[in-house]
Amino acid sequence: MNGRDEILEKVRNAQPKGCALPEVPMFDSGLPPALQTFKDALAKIGGEWVHAADDQDIEALIRSRHVMAKVICSAVPEVAGTRRVVAAMTQRQMDDVDVGVVRAGFAVAETGSIWLSEEQYQINALGYLSQHLVVLLDPADIVGNLHHAYRHRGFFEAGYAVLVSGPSATADIEGVLIRGAQGVRTLTVIPVARERR
Amino acid sequence: MKRVDHAKLSKEFIVQEKHVQFHDKRLWDLRTARDVAAFGIPEWEELRSLASAIKEHTLSNLADYLQEFERNAIRNGVVVHWARDADEHNRIVHEILSSRGAKSLVKSKSMLTEECEMRPYLEARGIAVLETDLGEQIQQFDDQLPSHIVLPAVHKLATDVAEVFSRTIGTDPENSDPYYLAEAQRQATRPHFLNADAGMTGCNFAVAKTGGITVCTNEGNADLCANVPPLHIASIGIEKLVPKLEHLAVYIRLLSRSALGSPITQYTSHFRAPRKGGEMHFILVDNGRSERLAMDDFWRSLKCIRCGACMNTCPVYRRSSGLSYGGVYAGPIGAIINPTFDLKKYSSLPFASTLCGSCGNVCPVKINIHEQLYKWRQVIAQNHELSFVKKESMKVAGTVLGNPQSYRAAIAVVNKATSSLPRAFIYNPFNAWGKQREVPDPPKSSFRQWYLKNRKVK
Repeated sequence: MNGRDEILEKVRNAQPKGCALPEVPMFDSGLPPALQTFKDALAKIGGEWVHAADDQDIEALIRSRHVMAKVICSAVPEVAGTRRVVAAMTQRQMDDVDVGVVRAGFAVAETGSIWLSEEQYQINALGYLSQHLVVLLDPADIVGNLHHAYRHRGFFEAGYAVLVSGPSATADIEGVLIRGAQGVRTLTVIPVARERR
Repeated sequence: MKRVDHAKLSKEFIVQEKHVQFHDKRLWDLRTARDVAAFGIPEWEELRSLASAIKEHTLSNLADYLQEFERNAIRNGVVVHWARDADEHNRIVHEILSSRGAKSLVKSKSMLTEECEMRPYLEARGIAVLETDLGEQIQQFDDQLPSHIVLPAVHKLATDVAEVFSRTIGTDPENSDPYYLAEAQRQATRPHFLNADAGMTGCNFAVAKTGGITVCTNEGNADLCANVPPLHIASIGIEKLVPKLEHLAVYIRLLSRSALGSPITQYTSHFRAPRKGGEMHFILVDNGRSERLAMDDFWRSLKCIRCGACMNTCPVYRRSSGLSYGGVYAGPIGAIINPTFDLKKYSSLPFASTLCGSCGNVCPVKINIHEQLYKWRQVIAQNHELSFVKKESMKVAGTVLGNPQSYRAAIAVVNKATSSLPRAFIYNPFNAWGKQREVPDPPKSSFRQWYLKNRKVK
C-alpha cells in the first residue's frame, strides 16, 4: 500500500467518536465603531495612521515621511513613486525598494489588520523586501472582526492572501520588542477613499 | 536511546540564577498579557469551547477532511505528498530539492521539521539549510533544540546571543544590545532570502474546503521564504486540518492572544496556490499522529495549536526551561506528546509537573493536559518505567498515607525532627524536598491535635 492510502486507513481506523461541527456565531452585536477600533488596534501593534491634509497630495505626504527614500515602488494609481510595480517583474527586483505603496483589499477593526493578496501587491515580495510599507485604505473597507474577515470572498479567490498587522516584529532576544525584524520596518496606513465604479 | 532525566537536566539550567530569574519573569509576563487579552473579549470562553469542538469534530472525521483538502489543493495546482514518518518526510523534501538542482533552502519555524530532524538529514546531502526566524536561527547556530514552541531562545540572555552571533555572523562579542544583534541578523539573513533556491514553511492550519494553509508569524520571514524563491514547500502535520475558512476566525482570535497577549500575529498568511511560474508542494505528515489518534486517553492532545500558553503558565517549566525536557516539545504539552513517540525515553516528563492544572486552564483548545499527565503516570507505573527510588518511596508513602495511625505517628516524628535535628541531617542528599529550598517550620500542633482540643464534641 502506498503512503497515502496507508495513512488514510490508519486514520480511519483510529478516529474517535467525536461531536457535531458547531455553528460559529459572528459575535458582532454591539461592536464598537469600526474606524476608531481599527485606529486603536493599529497603534497597539506598531502601525501608524496618517491623515493627508485636505490640500496635500498623498505622494507628497509619503515623501515627507521618507525623505531619504531613493526607491518608492507603487502598486496604486494614486501614487507614481519612482517605480511602478508590474506583474512582469521578479520578486528579487523588490530588493532595493525603500518604500512600497499598496492599497488594502480590506481591513479588520478588531486586530488592526489589513488584508492584501497578489492582486494588491502584484509582486508579493513588495510587502516584505521593501524597507517600509505604506497602505492606502478606504475607511469604508473596514470590517468589524475576524469572523467577518474570514467570510470575505477575497480569501476564496486569492492564491496568496495575508492579514498584515503592523510592521514585522520580534522579541526573541531577552524579550525586547523590536519593530522591523525581517520584513518591513514601519507600516503606515493612509485613509484614501477608493474610486468606486 | 538515552532516557531523559528531567530533574537532572533542570539542574544545568537552575545553577544559572540570572537566567532562571529572567526566564521565570519573562514567561509570567506573557501569561499576564494573555489574561489581559482574554479578559478583553467577552466571548473568550465560548471561543475556547468552539475551538475545542471544531478540532474534536475534525479529528473524528479526519480521513474525509484530509481527502477533501488533498482534492482541493491539487485542483489549485499544488503538488501533494504524504509521509508516513519522519524518514519519508525528509526523503520527499530531499527528492523535491535535488530533482530541481536546489542547493539552498531558507525556512521559517516549524516544530514538525524539528520533529523529523530534517536539517541534519538535508545538510548531510549537501543542501544548505538556514532557519530564518531570529530565535530559531540562534538555536541553529548554537546547535540546540528550540526551548519553547513560540520563543525558541527564551532560555538565553542577550549576552548569550552576543556570544553565539560573534562566532557565527561576526558581531562584536562585547555588544549585547538586542537592537544591534537583531539588526545584524536581519542584514546577515537577507542575502539568503534573495539567493535561496527554495523556501519552506510549516503550517498552523490547513483548510479542507479551500485546500490552502495558514502560517502565523511575526517577523515576516515566512512570507519571505514562501514568496521570494521560486519553490515553496510546506510541511503539514495531519492534525492541522480545520473544515472551513470561517473556523480560522476562532483559532486566529485565540492563538496569539494565548501565546503573547497580542490580538493577532503580525503576519497571518494564507497559501492556496503557487504563484505564476512558481511551484508549491504540501507534505502531509503522519509520524505517529494516527497512532496517537487511536489512544483513548491521549488523542485530544492532537487538538494543540502550538501557542505555548501551557509553557508560559507552568511553574515547573518556567524554572527548569525547555531544554530540560530533552525533546522537541517541551513544557506540559511536551510532557504529554513526547511519551506517545517513545514512552521509555520520555518517562520522566509526566512527573515534571505539580498537577496544579494551570496548563489545562489556559489552553485555548481545552486540552485536559493535567489529566493526561496523571494518566501517563499511571501508564508509566504499569509499564514499570518508574525509577527505583520513586517506586520504593511511593510504596512507603502508600502504606503511611493509607493508615491513619501510622500517618499520625509519622507526622509527629517529622514535625519533631524538623525542629530539632541538625541541618546536615535534614538536608541530606536523600531528601528531595530539601534541595534548593528550605523545609518549612513545623506547626506547633497538627490539625488533628488542634481539632481534638478545640472542636471535638466530648
